[in-house]
Amino acid sequence: MSEKKILEDRSLFLNRRSFLGKAALGAGSVALASLLGNQFFSKDKNGILTKDNDFGGNNGVMNALHHASKAKRVIYLFQSGGPSQLELFDYKPTLIKRRGEELPDSIRQGQRLTGMTADQSSFPLAGSVFDFKQYGQNGTYISDLLPYTAKMVDDLCIVKSMYTEAINHDPAVTFFQTGSQQPGRPSMGSWLSYGLGSENKNLPAFSVLLSRGSGRPSGQPLYTRLWGNGFLHSLHQGVQFRAAKDPVLYLNDPKGVTKEGKRAILDKLAEMNDKQFQDFGNPEIQSRIAQYEMAYKMQTSVPDVMKTDDEPDYIYKMYGADAKIPGTYAANCLLARRLAEQDVRFIQLYHMGWDQHDNLPGAIEKQAKDVDQASAALVADLKQRGLLEDTLVIWGGEFGRTNYSQGILTDTSYGRDHHPRCFTMWMAGGGIKPGVVYGETDEFGYNVVKDPVHVHDFQATMLHLLGIDHEKLTYKHQGRRFRLTDVEGHVLNDILT
Amino acid sequence: MKLNIYIRKKDFLRGVIVFLFITLLSSTYYSCKENPSVSEKVIAQADLTGIPDIIDFTFDVKPILSDRCFICHGPDKNAIEAGLSLHKAEDAYAALGELKDRFAIVPNKPEESELVHRLYSEDPNILMPPPESNLVLTSKEKAILEKWIAQGAEYKEHWAFIPPVKSAVLHTKVTDWGINEIDNFVLDKLQLNALTPSPVASKEKLMRRASFDLTGLPPTPEQVQEFVNDTSEDAYERMIDTLLGTKDYAEHMATEWMDISRYADTHGYQDDFERTMWPWRDWVIHAFDKNMPYNEFVTYQLAGDLMPDVDLEKIVATGFNRNHKITFEGGTIPEEYHIEYVEDRLQTFGTTFLGLTVECARCHDHKYDPVSQKEHFELFSFFNNNKEKLTIPLPGTTPEPYVTITEKDTEGVLSFVNMQNSRKKELDLMVMYEREEMKPAFILNRGAYDQPTDAVFPDTPNSVLSFPESYPRNRLGLSKWLFNEENPLTARVTVNRLWQRMFGTGLVSSSYDFGNQGALPTHPALLDFLAIKLRDEGWNTKAMLKYMALSETYKQSTVTTPELLEQDPENKLLARASRLRLTAEMIRDQALAISGLLVKEVGGPSVKPYQPAGIWEETTGGGGGSTSSYVQGTGADLYRKSLYTFWKRTVPPPSMMTFDSASRDLCSVKRQETNTPLQALVLLNDPQMVEAARALATTTVKKYPENIEKQLGYVFQKATSRLPDAEEATMLLEHYKDMRTKMDNGVFTASEYMGIGEFKSDTGVPEKDLASLALVAHTVLNLDETITRG
Repeated sequence: MSEKKILEDRSLFLNRRSFLGKAALGAGSVALASLLGNQFFSKDKNGILTKDNDFGGNNGVMNALHHASKAKRVIYLFQSGGPSQLELFDYKPTLIKRRGEELPDSIRQGQRLTGMTADQSSFPLAGSVFDFKQYGQNGTYISDLLPYTAKMVDDLCIVKSMYTEAINHDPAVTFFQTGSQQPGRPSMGSWLSYGLGSENKNLPAFSVLLSRGSGRPSGQPLYTRLWGNGFLHSLHQGVQFRAAKDPVLYLNDPKGVTKEGKRAILDKLAEMNDKQFQDFGNPEIQSRIAQYEMAYKMQTSVPDVMKTDDEPDYIYKMYGADAKIPGTYAANCLLARRLAEQDVRFIQLYHMGWDQHDNLPGAIEKQAKDVDQASAALVADLKQRGLLEDTLVIWGGEFGRTNYSQGILTDTSYGRDHHPRCFTMWMAGGGIKPGVVYGETDEFGYNVVKDPVHVHDFQATMLHLLGIDHEKLTYKHQGRRFRLTDVEGHVLNDILT
Repeated sequence: MKLNIYIRKKDFLRGVIVFLFITLLSSTYYSCKENPSVSEKVIAQADLTGIPDIIDFTFDVKPILSDRCFICHGPDKNAIEAGLSLHKAEDAYAALGELKDRFAIVPNKPEESELVHRLYSEDPNILMPPPESNLVLTSKEKAILEKWIAQGAEYKEHWAFIPPVKSAVLHTKVTDWGINEIDNFVLDKLQLNALTPSPVASKEKLMRRASFDLTGLPPTPEQVQEFVNDTSEDAYERMIDTLLGTKDYAEHMATEWMDISRYADTHGYQDDFERTMWPWRDWVIHAFDKNMPYNEFVTYQLAGDLMPDVDLEKIVATGFNRNHKITFEGGTIPEEYHIEYVEDRLQTFGTTFLGLTVECARCHDHKYDPVSQKEHFELFSFFNNNKEKLTIPLPGTTPEPYVTITEKDTEGVLSFVNMQNSRKKELDLMVMYEREEMKPAFILNRGAYDQPTDAVFPDTPNSVLSFPESYPRNRLGLSKWLFNEENPLTARVTVNRLWQRMFGTGLVSSSYDFGNQGALPTHPALLDFLAIKLRDEGWNTKAMLKYMALSETYKQSTVTTPELLEQDPENKLLARASRLRLTAEMIRDQALAISGLLVKEVGGPSVKPYQPAGIWEETTGGGGGSTSSYVQGTGADLYRKSLYTFWKRTVPPPSMMTFDSASRDLCSVKRQETNTPLQALVLLNDPQMVEAARALATTTVKKYPENIEKQLGYVFQKATSRLPDAEEATMLLEHYKDMRTKMDNGVFTASEYMGIGEFKSDTGVPEKDLASLALVAHTVLNLDETITRG
């Protein structure tokens, strides 16, 4: 036998073994055929047959959690555009006192600025025009812009020491959502769907809701890749729930077709597909039949979860008047709670409009009003239902804003450029210590001086709360094992319960 | 104590850096799916019996070393732990430790080999791989390494870096199966595994298969009939020739090239402004249409501007390297993104032509393959020298350099550019123009744009092939290097992709990675044979596809049995043909083609067919100009091939993404083939599908005005390329009657259903009858067989 031939045999043998491993056929004697008869497979990009199933049967690759989880699901209230920490959470009297003075070089330390302000001849310090007051058991400072959030402060863990690597929106948002500044990797929610699967049989594990802010109605766009599955199986893609005729793309039956009619079509389809399976023996055909049934179920389960008119008045009072207007942030917060009740794994909201380069005071006031009441209501509502215990709520944007004014500083107005070196996020529930402020920035609100939290640390912590070791949840793609936290990330043990 | 030579250095910083670089995992992807504590034991027991008598480095050992050891003991010289690297014999055998008295591997002496002790140690400080790496070896893998050392620990060069050699074509015994050499190689393997090939597929299936593989479209019932009736000996070959001679062939080949080249109609970041690259796409179609030799096709694209006989066509072809995303986001630091663009070109080059993940050597030496960080940036420097402006472009402008294409050009050398549908008389197309003076390139520390270190100059990785001194050190020289006879990768990678097109999976299933972490060839000798054939016969793509299509291997039936599924679930042995789900483009184009709606115009600006309302508007920030809202096309624009669907990178067409289209963010040479509920929703509810069903019903009643059975048969035949059998015919008739009854009972409302889409039926057939037939057609469009090529 030629050497090549020896090698060829070997490769096939190995390949076959690895498949048997994949299909959990360790016992050897289990007939593959019967296994294939009951479970469904399709190929991912590596050509690996992946157990493929309805959303409900999506158990994830992890057979067991890496450690006990504190959270079962996540609601991520993404504030797109970069909310100013200085007007909302990070109280800096120094900036008010030294208003108009130049940003000291000793503070800036030659750090890079975006192309929008790098050429400014002056960097005048700008304090918040909004007052801060102390709230809660620890006397946490919260801005007057967030009266409802302020009342919930004892339930929140406010992280003031976030920092990121990107200084512009596209790479910064992509970094938060996928762990990489450049597009192409799976989103957080996709990683969770891949790792943990879905607990709801009739809804996707990763749901997405969008809303537009009133602070800057024309501002930063979003990109569907932010909830994309990247190189993971497309089963893990984020599914957008929309305030439109089609609440999920292509969900509605064509005009002129009733549910009964649809059922008749599906029944015939299944019958004919089954005949194909009998003729050709390919288990993919059975999988196809199952997917159609799942689609049919979704046509009921999605409208059910989105039909909020059975919510009592006191709920609408909590979330605010906007909650009755589909597509608003408030309405989406209410939907998020309903999805959480259905055990949807990862519920991602995006609220646009936080990019206040100029006229910040006027704009952020409106923008804060969009989100304050409903965000607080969501935490309170989850709490009153006992859901906050195992639901992690996250509030935050892709970076912060500069302590100096972009453009001219006047008595009533100023702007702020992107600032990656410090910003604030909050988290609540799901194993996060309540009533805590974590991390500190300097008196100028420019640099982190205590307990810095990198984006990858935040991601590692989120995964940790869900029972996942961020270093262990990997996917081998093009020869390399990728993970959400790339090659970094530390769990923030200090803020865990 | 002997064993402490391997204990990692205490140096904290180094430890941290190493730690950070380690990509960790608990076990391999698939074993994650099981409970490791149970299954591993079971597998371990079973596995030990399956260890080959003679252990081979390439196929048995290196996959283990690469995947589990190289990350700390591999080609990345800066990450090497304890001075040990295992990717080369001399290093692996070398004396280690302060006293140089320790050896990781002592050939023939596993008991003296530290590596073996470490595999089995129960001390977590000694065990390899270390527990914190989250990497583990199975008992079988440990036994293989041990046995390999006992047998002499022979090393071999990586198979893909040895130029292909022509082995004597195998002549197998016993059977008269087989038409060309492909079959000899395949049959030989089948016989070794005690398998026999499957019988030839039916003529209908064969024609459908070849038609989709070569043109992306189904055959018409008339074409199928003609082929079925043609009993002449060369009927099949002529059928293949006909398919290869169509424009559809060229468009279908171009479709794959769009994924590879990450073609899009927008710039891809943030506001995602529109760009005009479609004239380049028209060139790609043109090149495939005239069967331009692949080496020429590639050289035009990589270095058209540098070719001695440069003309406008060659300049246009260089648009290939400008298809990457470009940011217009205000505030961006230009140098940062310039680096990303060059990296993107490099990654595309590596994946497409070398089948190597050269991008992995950006931040450090490659962890698995012999590509150093220096070599990465040497390759990078070939693509760094374009006459670009180091600024962020303004909305509405075309980033330099570009050529302006005039109407006059399209009457001459650019006759393939379809300007008819363009509203403009002139177009600016981004291209490559080499700077006169070399733009300095540097090794970037950790790959960061603002941390340049040593200067580098254009060069290629020595592990693949040294760059000949006689070649110019620019993109033209790089193209010559690619097609140098000694280059071990180009022909293999190319022919493997052609194989993937025809068989669903490449002979190397990781068509994007021929490196140490890539898959091993299932039929190495066949791969080499085909690679040499492609090269020696002038890189003739059509000829190679025809050769594959003519093989008996290609013509097998897909029918499978539980036994065969168990023995070879992924069909690596090729004892049958693979049944493949159609791609996103094929599914939509088929619906358009069989309903008669397809508008077969070649080239021109991209079009905007049906898309759910609001999805661009929901995500826009108000910027983006023409891409802030989706203005759906009308008339012919709704019915062009999916190749021409406008690709907005940040919000790509959802129906296509649902069927696993590439996102066009990065080069992609292989798609997923998934099966999800969202796909069912698209096929059931997309107006494009409903309209196609209506139009199919309309064409059908015109062809067979009276006979419902014939109508149903025709619908089925158009969608599946075969007539229904008796059982299916009965099912269809029942279904039609059911639909018709329900139409009367108000379960369906004909007028509403028949009003979906722009198409107007003009048959004179009662609307309820026609709607009932349309619903059956709709069902048929959803059949698994319809969206499959078997």
